[in-house]
Amino acid sequence: MSKRVMTVDDSATVRQVLQMTLEAAGYEVLEAVDGADALNKLTTETVDMMVTDLNMPNMDGISLIKEVRQNPGNRFMPIVMLTTESQPEKKQEGKAAGASGWIVKPFKPEQLLAVVRMVCPT
Amino acid sequence: MSGLVETFKDEALELLQELEAALLELEESPEDSAAIDRVFRALHTLKGSGGLAGFENVAGFCHEAETVFEQVRSGERQVDQDLVSLTLSAQDHLKGMILAEFGADGIDDELTAELVAAFQALRPFQEEKQPVVTTGFKTRKSDQVTYRVRFRPEPNLFRQGVQPQFLLSELVRLGEAVVVAQLDAIPPLEKLDPEECWVYWDILLTTDQDEDDIRDVFIFVEDDCELVIQQIDDGSRLDQPGDYKRIGEILVERGDLTNEDLEKYLKEKKRLGETLIEKGVVDESKLQSALLEQERVQVLRRERTANDAMESIRVKSDRLDKLVNLVGEMVTVQARLTQFANSRVDAELLAVAEEVERLTWDLRDQVLTIRMLPIGGTFTRFKRLVRDLGAEVSKEVILVSEGGETELDKTVIDQLNDPLVHLVRNSIGHGIEPPGIRQAIGKTAKGQITLSARHSGANVMLTVADDGAGLDVARIRAKAIEKGLISNQAELSDREICALIFEPGLSTAEQVSNLSGRGVGMDVVRQAIDALRGSIEVHSEVGQGTTFTIKLPLTLAIIDGLLIDIAKDHYVLPLSAVEECVELTRAESEQTHGRNLIKIRGEIVPYVRLRDEFRVDGQCPDIEQVVIVKLDGIRVGFVVDHVVGEHQTVIKNLGRMYQDVDGVSGATILGDGRVALILDLPQLASHAEACEKQALH
Repeated sequence: MSKRVMTVDDSATVRQVLQMTLEAAGYEVLEAVDGADALNKLTTETVDMMVTDLNMPNMDGISLIKEVRQNPGNRFMPIVMLTTESQPEKKQEGKAAGASGWIVKPFKPEQLLAVVRMVCPT
Repeated sequence: MSGLVETFKDEALELLQELEAALLELEESPEDSAAIDRVFRALHTLKGSGGLAGFENVAGFCHEAETVFEQVRSGERQVDQDLVSLTLSAQDHLKGMILAEFGADGIDDELTAELVAAFQALRPFQEEKQPVVTTGFKTRKSDQVTYRVRFRPEPNLFRQGVQPQFLLSELVRLGEAVVVAQLDAIPPLEKLDPEECWVYWDILLTTDQDEDDIRDVFIFVEDDCELVIQQIDDGSRLDQPGDYKRIGEILVERGDLTNEDLEKYLKEKKRLGETLIEKGVVDESKLQSALLEQERVQVLRRERTANDAMESIRVKSDRLDKLVNLVGEMVTVQARLTQFANSRVDAELLAVAEEVERLTWDLRDQVLTIRMLPIGGTFTRFKRLVRDLGAEVSKEVILVSEGGETELDKTVIDQLNDPLVHLVRNSIGHGIEPPGIRQAIGKTAKGQITLSARHSGANVMLTVADDGAGLDVARIRAKAIEKGLISNQAELSDREICALIFEPGLSTAEQVSNLSGRGVGMDVVRQAIDALRGSIEVHSEVGQGTTFTIKLPLTLAIIDGLLIDIAKDHYVLPLSAVEECVELTRAESEQTHGRNLIKIRGEIVPYVRLRDEFRVDGQCPDIEQVVIVKLDGIRVGFVVDHVVGEHQTVIKNLGRMYQDVDGVSGATILGDGRVALILDLPQLASHAEACEKQALH
């Protein structure tokens, strides 16, 4: 059974790039448009890992990671955050909240896959 | 990906609407932090999506506006009417940029620049971050190096969703690995929290990747783990193959045993390992891991030595030189045999002679390749030199090398060192500008020197290139006139002027530094290259840098020559320079009114009459031959009586008495025992040129 990845980003473009790349590599993708939407979907769905943007309306990425880690079922789920070069301090903040790794935007599909495979091989 | 572009267009237009609304709100209440956030987020998202969807121009443009709003958000700047208006026009312009992609009017680049400048003017002066230069001297990856890696994560590793087994399998993918899990830190069962990770790992990794590649595997957990990477074997050849560190040493290096303890327990008569376990100083798995390391490195080293022994043996280089000389003699004798056999009508003798000829050529090729070495070793030594010299004059310079695997005769490589040092020194001294100037003109602060080597037919081309200021043609010209090298009216191309730097006594450096600028140098470089029967050319572009190209023969001992004769005497021309041979009738040479020029397929080529040059008396034949050669990119002809044919030439030097004779670079013995002189064509050509100039004045 293929691994299921939840992608969380308010930008439809980013979501589409994530979806195309991950699906081509054999992952199943579940999308959410912001932190609140992601949390809501997680109440009914289970995923193997999560890729989330940080700067989003309704609930930002850091709060989302903290919330997700509250749920015992998701305590060990790999969570990769999307950061930009202009916010290196966010990496530390995200790691403290419980993120497993990060991907710097803009990224190339192969960079995304290298990271995703490292934390959640197919 | 066309779907992606459509998605981006829809998203971008939505974001721009949001941006506009937020800006208008901000205009009414400039302190509204929610509105500021909305503006920032719209710009930020647009930048990110734009970059991903291939709209780099949009991303770059948004970045400028975003930077300013980042300051607003952090309270460093107040929102005012001007900023809102500027951002609103930026918003209109962004819309134009995106729609331009979908067939609307083109992008007004002037407006883009204007708006970018306006945003940039708003932020305080900051030094732009230099792009990271990724090219550089990477450690050669062909060698298998063995590392000892200890990966000891913090207990809370699992809670970050990191699974150590994935990291380990990623690591194992880099090469050949032995993984030992260390269990001694695991607390007793009653205290054990199963959600914590107490296991740590010792990995022995034999790989062609470098330390950074290993670190990359652990990049996400680097701050939350103890990661020790030690190189324990560099893959080099060893005199004592089976030897490796003692078990105690390994344990101390790993930090599993203190030096004092080691000394203490070594005194006991029993085996160290047994003692250590008995006393409980080191537990069994650590000892096992250390023993494994010892064994593994020993096996690796033995294997390597065995392989090396099969692949190569060491021979003193003078023995090789003798061998090359003998082959040279043999080539000569073989030529004689062939000539002799051709003069007899004896099919059997001819067959033997042909067989000997074939074998001799084979032997020659084989022997010459023995002396070939890759030039990479020389390149590697320059890395340090560049660093140190750069530091001396406060310039940061990196060295990039290409084609280090190119092979050259050992003697050539040895003699090449000095000229190369000189060129590199010059590049650092004159070529590369100081970091301040480089940055001011938009270059990276670090200068770059590229050393490269490649094969080109029977030659090897070496280049030394820098990305510095380039040669100052006007100054070289002025200096050359001052020194009397050229006349005031001389009309020279830039290329010809650049070539003047190889003339003695020409240095344009205003200050004589330790590094360069004494005006001896470039001519010495050329002499050294000439001595190797090579040539050097310079190509320079103002502001872009200077490139020196050195062309060298593959080997020094034997060349392919063209045998010609003049009044019954034989001479040899290096075949590598020869382009073609054409006839010259007496009528043709008389037509040009004493000027030595010949027209070949519409091209005027100057020629040198070797008869005149060597002052050979007597009547020349009615139809002479012109051998056309290329010297420093210029075609020049040499007039000879007859062209005999190709000739394998073993070069003999003329001895000390004749070492200063111009126009002759050596001699060779022909098949019939006669001596033929090997001509130094560049010298002959420049001598003839000088004579003709004198005659014209």
